[in-house]
Amino acid sequence: MRTLDAGTSRTGRRERLQDVKKPFEQIVDEHGPTVLRVCRAVLGPADAEDAWAETFLSALKAYPDLDPAANVEAWLVTIAHRRAIDVKRAETRRAVPVARVPDARPSRDLTDDDDVQDLWRALEALPAKQRQTVAYHHIAGFSHREVAEIVGGSEAAARRSSADGIANLRRTLTNAHEEREPRP
Amino acid sequence: MNTTSQPDKADLFTPLQGTDDDRRRLHRRLVDAAEAEGVLDVAYRTVDTAVGPLLLAATDRGLVRVAYARQDHEAVLQTLSTKVSPRVLHGGSRLDHAAREIEEYFAGRRQTFDLPLDLRLATGFRLGVLQHLPTIGYGRTESYSQVATAAGSPRAVRAVGTACATNPLPVVVPCHRVVRSDGSLGEYAGGAEAKRTLLTLEGAAA
Repeated sequence: MRTLDAGTSRTGRRERLQDVKKPFEQIVDEHGPTVLRVCRAVLGPADAEDAWAETFLSALKAYPDLDPAANVEAWLVTIAHRRAIDVKRAETRRAVPVARVPDARPSRDLTDDDDVQDLWRALEALPAKQRQTVAYHHIAGFSHREVAEIVGGSEAAARRSSADGIANLRRTLTNAHEEREPRP
Repeated sequence: MNTTSQPDKADLFTPLQGTDDDRRRLHRRLVDAAEAEGVLDVAYRTVDTAVGPLLLAATDRGLVRVAYARQDHEAVLQTLSTKVSPRVLHGGSRLDHAAREIEEYFAGRRQTFDLPLDLRLATGFRLGVLQHLPTIGYGRTESYSQVATAAGSPRAVRAVGTACATNPLPVVVPCHRVVRSDGSLGEYAGGAEAKRTLLTLEGAAA
C-alpha cells in the first residue's frame, strides 16, 4: 500500500523525478555480472575479483553525487578501466617475471576446462588496448565512440582495435583447438 | 569449420560469465568492505514471520524501517534511497540483532525490543506518538483517543491514526496496540489480519 508508506508523503511527491536514485543494491544487481565479465576479460581471473570489488566500492562511495542522468554502466566500466590500469601498473612495479597462470581463487569452472584455459591464454596474448576495446565493445556492449571515450583515442581507432582483437582471439583459439584435436 | 573452433562473438565470452557462487562471494565482499569503510548507509534484509516477510532496514544509528509485504518492499527501498541515502545494500551483519529479536518476539519469547532505533522518518506530532507507543505494554491496548491525550493533544485522535498508519517501524514500535474506543481493531499498516495476529500472539483481548 503506497499510501501507507512514509516515502510517498507530500514531500516525497515534490521531489523531481530525475533526482530519484535507485538503491545501490539494484545497481549491483543489474550491472555486477557485466562488470565482472569485463574485469575478467581485461585482467584475467586472478585480478578480476579485486578489480570488481574495488570498482563497486568506489562506485558506492561516489554514487550519491552521480549525475542522475548518467549512463550507469559506462560510469562503472570507466571506474573498472581505471582500476585495471592501476592493477597493471602495480604488476609492472612488482616486475616479477613469473608465468601468469590463473590462481586458485576463482571457481573451478573458470580454470578446469580446456576451452576456458584457451580463452584466458588468448585474451592474455592480446595487446592491452585490443583487450580493453574488445571487452568494452563486445561484452559491455558500448559503441565504438563510447569505447573511445573510455580508453582515449579516436572512434576509428577503437573500432579498428576491437576488430583486430576479435580476429586475433579467433586465430589463437582456432590454433589452440586444432593443436589439441587435429582435424582428420 | 566447426562451431567449437569458430564460436560466435556472443559465445566467445560465455566462459567469463560469473556463477551464482561468484556473485554471492563478490556481493558479500562488497558489503563487508562498505561496512568497514563506513559507507553502507542503509543495510536491509527480509525475515519470514507469522505475518509474512518483513523488510528490516537499518542505518548506522539503528533500525530505520520495518515494512510489510503489502507495503511493497521495492517501493520502501526506493523511498529509503531517496530520503536517507542511495547507498543501500542487502545483507551485512548490522541487522543480525534486530532479526534475532523479531524472531524471538514471534516465537513468544520476547515482550520488549531492546534495539537502537533511528526515527528520522517521523517528525513532529507523529514522532511524539511513536515515542509514546512503547509505553503501552505487551498484551495491552490503548484507544486512539487515549494515545492522543498521552501525546499531549487530546483532540488529535485522527492524527494519531495517521501517525500509526505511517509508523516507519511497525511491530517494533507497537502501533498494533492502538485500537478503537469501541474495542474493534481499527486499521493497520500491515492489514487488519496482521494486527489480529499480533494481538492474539500477545494474548491481548482482541
